Amino acid sequence: MVAMSGGVDSSVAAALLVERGHEVVGITMHLAGAGSRCCSLEDADDARRVAETLGIRFFVANYTDRFRSEVMQPFADAYLAGRTPIPCVACNRRFKFQHLLERARALGATRIASGHYARIEEDPASGGRCLRAAADDAKDQSYFLFDLDQSQLSRIEFPLGSLRKDEVRARARALGLATADKPESQEICFVPDGDYARAVERLRPDALPGQGEIVHEDGRLLGRHPGIHHYTVGQRRGLGLSADARLYVTRIDAAANRVVVGAADALLAVRARLENVSWIVGEPPEGVVQARVRVRHRHQGVLATIEPDGKDGAQLHFLETVRAVAPGQAAVFYQGDRVLGGGWIARESA
Amino acid sequence: MRIYLDHNATTPLRPEVLAAMCAALRDLPGNPSSTHAEGAAARAALEQARAQVAAAVGAAPGTIVFTSGATESNNTALAGCLRAAEAAGRREIVTSCVEHPSVSEPLSVLEERGWRVQRLAVNRDGLLDPDVFAAALGANTALAAILWANNETGVVQPVGKLVEIARARGVPIHLDATQCIGKLPVDVQALGVDTVAASGHKQNGPKGVGLLYVRPGASFEPLLRGGPQERRRRGGTENLAGIVGLGVACELARREGSERAARAAALRDRLWEGIASKIPGAQRNGSTQAMLPNTLNVRLPGVAGDVLLEALDLEGVAVSAGAACHSGSVEPSRILLAMGLSEQEARSSLRFSVGHGVDEAQIERVLTLLPDLVARVRAAVP
Repeated sequence: MVAMSGGVDSSVAAALLVERGHEVVGITMHLAGAGSRCCSLEDADDARRVAETLGIRFFVANYTDRFRSEVMQPFADAYLAGRTPIPCVACNRRFKFQHLLERARALGATRIASGHYARIEEDPASGGRCLRAAADDAKDQSYFLFDLDQSQLSRIEFPLGSLRKDEVRARARALGLATADKPESQEICFVPDGDYARAVERLRPDALPGQGEIVHEDGRLLGRHPGIHHYTVGQRRGLGLSADARLYVTRIDAAANRVVVGAADALLAVRARLENVSWIVGEPPEGVVQARVRVRHRHQGVLATIEPDGKDGAQLHFLETVRAVAPGQAAVFYQGDRVLGGGWIARESA
Repeated sequence: MRIYLDHNATTPLRPEVLAAMCAALRDLPGNPSSTHAEGAAARAALEQARAQVAAAVGAAPGTIVFTSGATESNNTALAGCLRAAEAAGRREIVTSCVEHPSVSEPLSVLEERGWRVQRLAVNRDGLLDPDVFAAALGANTALAAILWANNETGVVQPVGKLVEIARARGVPIHLDATQCIGKLPVDVQALGVDTVAASGHKQNGPKGVGLLYVRPGASFEPLLRGGPQERRRRGGTENLAGIVGLGVACELARREGSERAARAAALRDRLWEGIASKIPGAQRNGSTQAMLPNTLNVRLPGVAGDVLLEALDLEGVAVSAGAACHSGSVEPSRILLAMGLSEQEARSSLRFSVGHGVDEAQIERVLTLLPDLVARVRAAVP
């Protein structure tokens, strides 16, 4: 079964599996309802046209209620708690590779595929499977897949993992797929206009924090903010402050409903605490591990030591300073292009 | 070989219908409104179809208006009756909460414009209470609009009583009989109803054609204006081949009458008997006393109905679950929710509807497949 979003990537993923002789069923998850760019009416229609071209069966599965409660509302709650969420990770783990995997099983499909740019390979060392970054660095999505477990990895295919984006487009054009020239989707699918604050207000109208103070790291009161959900760590624009120095959001203190700002160097961190850490092999390693750690999508990554801490926590010590380590984002560990695991950046990351 | 058990959604054309439509497309190039020989031939076919349709529903031919389908018929009946009522200062409508969208949505638009719309509740069996219906009618009631037999559940409303009550109160009543022809005795004149809508494709006729019965003397105004067609009740050159097909389909329904219904009921009952014995916990939805002979709406506890639909489809069996939303995904049936089923119960429900072309062997094949598929879906989707 192929998860088809109506974009070019999953269209080509389906086409490649058909070419390899698999019996393929396409499915579009109806997730966010109207106003969403991904999985909208038009996208479902595009996916349906591709399925018709490929001659495969196709369904649209309705997960709107669950998507709202399991992805969209937690996204809003994270902003309201002063974190910067990445809903794509939960969407991958819970929707594409849990709910959809269950559906595949119910339909008698043994495996599930998607148009993600990442690679899953046999791992002779562990006997299980390993997750590797895509061959196309610019498109790599392994960051969003770090918390898949072995039972998921053993049933997933990423047919595009070794292809470059231009090759995928060329393939789509050659096959005459309706989605060949569709633009990339960049923003979070259920916030197509990029206005996260308004999305939070729509999702949790009763839980909005209201106005509060903007204070400097040194304690000075600089102004007022309309609600902490308008801010994210590392943000510079839109602070509404007249200060001449370049100020950045350095911390969001949800308990005090306060946004803390400071100079650029106040954003630099050498440590971070992680929670809900997971490891691709299943078990955490013994002792301290050194790895390249990416603290957000499109972050090159820096070398760090990862020191397991308690049941599923860890302490990160960066070997060089890292800018804008935002609570709520994921820290993903790599050795070469191989994903070791990752965790969620916790609030007290001094 | 596919097994099609979704005859309440639409039906295959009967070969007799197809033959008549092909002949009409080939041999009747004229416009029924023209006076020349070609026009006259087309008009003769049109009027023959009208007579066939009228006979099937117990009406005089002049009371039948051809439309593009039941949706247009419903919209026309509502608009036609309500304009006159509005002029008379009556702005209340009585309907049920289990209507088809082609009635409920136009009424919602009126509601936004200040009309009062009472949507009467149904009981767990899906039935309206005639006493509640009577109590809802008042001096300002412009119209009562009721779905005769529900497409999702097959539940048949006590329309005889409802029409009698409305007539006694002087309230015009419209019935949507889209699911009825060929399944139930339909005699609109004996019933005394004001307007009745139905379509071609639910009874082995073509898609894109429907009928509206308008009782002589009933308040009526055309929805589509644009010519003298249909005695100025519906403008636009007629869909002649479609109308001819509808005529033949109605003729077949009339001739086969109760035999067709009995055959459907036998298949449906065998299907239910098999499901009840093979799938523990299976329950029927809707009144078993007042139900279309061809419809079986069941709930299978612990089963995601939309997933089972897909699993059956991949095995060659077409059924229905809930209502398709705009993207084509399935949402829990608002009809079942209105009957008081929980969302969980509604999501675990499936509709089988039999019809022409379904035979005993197909039913047995479904009964062979179903237990394994149910077990697989139950195991995979918690």
